[in-house]
Amino acid sequence: MTGGAESGGAGEGESAGAVMQVRDARRLGSARRFRIYLLEARFQVVEVLREPMFAIPTLAFPLIFYLFFGVIMGTGGASLAVPTYVLATYGVFGVLGPALFGFGAGLANERDTGVLLLKQTTPMPAGAYLFAKVMSALIFGAAVVLGLFLMAAHAAGVALYRWQWFALAGVLLTGVIPFCALGLAIGAWAKGRAAVAVVNLVFLPMSMLSGLWLPIYMFPDVMQDIALALPAYHHAQLALKVIAMDAGQSVAVHVSVLVIETLIFLAVAALGFRRAGTFSIRRSR
Amino acid sequence: MQEGAASVFGLEPGAAEVRVRRGAMLQISGISANLTVREHLELFRAYYPAPLPTARLLSMAGLEDLARRRYGKLSGGQKQRVMFALALAGDPELLFLDEPTTGLDVDARHRLWSEIRALRESGRTTVLTTHNLDEADALADRVVVIHKGRRIAEGTPAEIKSRTAGRLVRCVTPIGPDEVASMSGVVEARSRGQHLEVLTTQPEALVRELLGRDVGLADLTVVSAGLEEAFLALTRDGKEGGR
Repeated sequence: MTGGAESGGAGEGESAGAVMQVRDARRLGSARRFRIYLLEARFQVVEVLREPMFAIPTLAFPLIFYLFFGVIMGTGGASLAVPTYVLATYGVFGVLGPALFGFGAGLANERDTGVLLLKQTTPMPAGAYLFAKVMSALIFGAAVVLGLFLMAAHAAGVALYRWQWFALAGVLLTGVIPFCALGLAIGAWAKGRAAVAVVNLVFLPMSMLSGLWLPIYMFPDVMQDIALALPAYHHAQLALKVIAMDAGQSVAVHVSVLVIETLIFLAVAALGFRRAGTFSIRRSR
Repeated sequence: MQEGAASVFGLEPGAAEVRVRRGAMLQISGISANLTVREHLELFRAYYPAPLPTARLLSMAGLEDLARRRYGKLSGGQKQRVMFALALAGDPELLFLDEPTTGLDVDARHRLWSEIRALRESGRTTVLTTHNLDEADALADRVVVIHKGRRIAEGTPAEIKSRTAGRLVRCVTPIGPDEVASMSGVVEARSRGQHLEVLTTQPEALVRELLGRDVGLADLTVVSAGLEEAFLALTRDGKEGGR
């Protein structure tokens, strides 16, 4: 209601005790909260699966790339270095896409259309919304990683120790965290269609400059220096470390950069939400 | 804008308890096109401790045959009805409807109106914003007229209407609104389609004058001023505060 007229007011006459009772009866029980988280995540995944414009580029591109550069072109020589190397870096690429698009473009779109506003009038916990987006990124990222692993093991003949397969999968999927944070920051600031453009401007150049498509050591020094600032570079280096093909910096450096950048992305996102009043983060007066 | 504080059930409008007891239908451009009506309802029902059954929601919104259809494949009016169903999902005590009948055909509008009346019968409160004054007249117990961000009148539809004591004279005539605007008793004159519509406090004098000037005058009606005329009168000299 505009104009400052008071609305409702049915509870004004109630005693504090009665209000407390009502509140207890309506408290969000943990079982119901859990169900909301699950449903929100399930429908997020269903929604994305029914959107070919999302599913094809983000899910199929890493697999097609691997088919070409890993399997067809990479297995010609005596060494399995190329299919092994690009398994790690396309894995990063595959996890990056769903996280950036789901969060960046998805969130911006839902802010634009008003879906998020509508959900915020309901008792939906804000955490359920964010959880659903993270789970969706994780599930689609995992699907790409699984596809890559199957192609690597069966088509390209990549041989890794069992612990390496598991470690590689673990490292790759952990990348969901910094990339979701980056997507969240984009989605919190950019609007609808602009967000898709921003995501593409981040997704493709960052993938290239981080050495996800071509090994980083093939680039000139200047570009290698730029890579040091990019989360996807550090994530790729961690993945490459599992298969002993990284550039040699320490794990601590990569992890520190990723943690710091994740915190920066989250802070930038929080500022954006504060500006827009999203998730009840208050606009400063 | 007027200054002031808003509270719902005596609480902050965004408080957790308020969100459980309130439903809202906003003017938003849409929800996910890729989920079906039933899926959207399932999700929203899960947010509330005592949701209405899905079948009930579907029938209240007239969506029985569309449950399996994806939201993106619905017509504008059907989408609007889904929004209504979502607002009712938690069986709210207080319902906010922001221009709920925009885009609905006459049949769907009347069906929605009767649902809103039924909600009122069962003790629910509805706050409805509309530009359609017939809608306010048909549904409201209390009308608050807001003009340029200020509350300029408040009361039952009858009370608001009674503030405009005039009658509405309608007829088909070549006489233009400008010609009658200066006549005594005339509050407002306008043309609508081929009709001249004049709101006046002296209908007899006006009709006599009109018939005198135009022998071919046709389709003459004189009715009590409706909410729309009251609204026009109020917004014209709309500086006065609430009652």
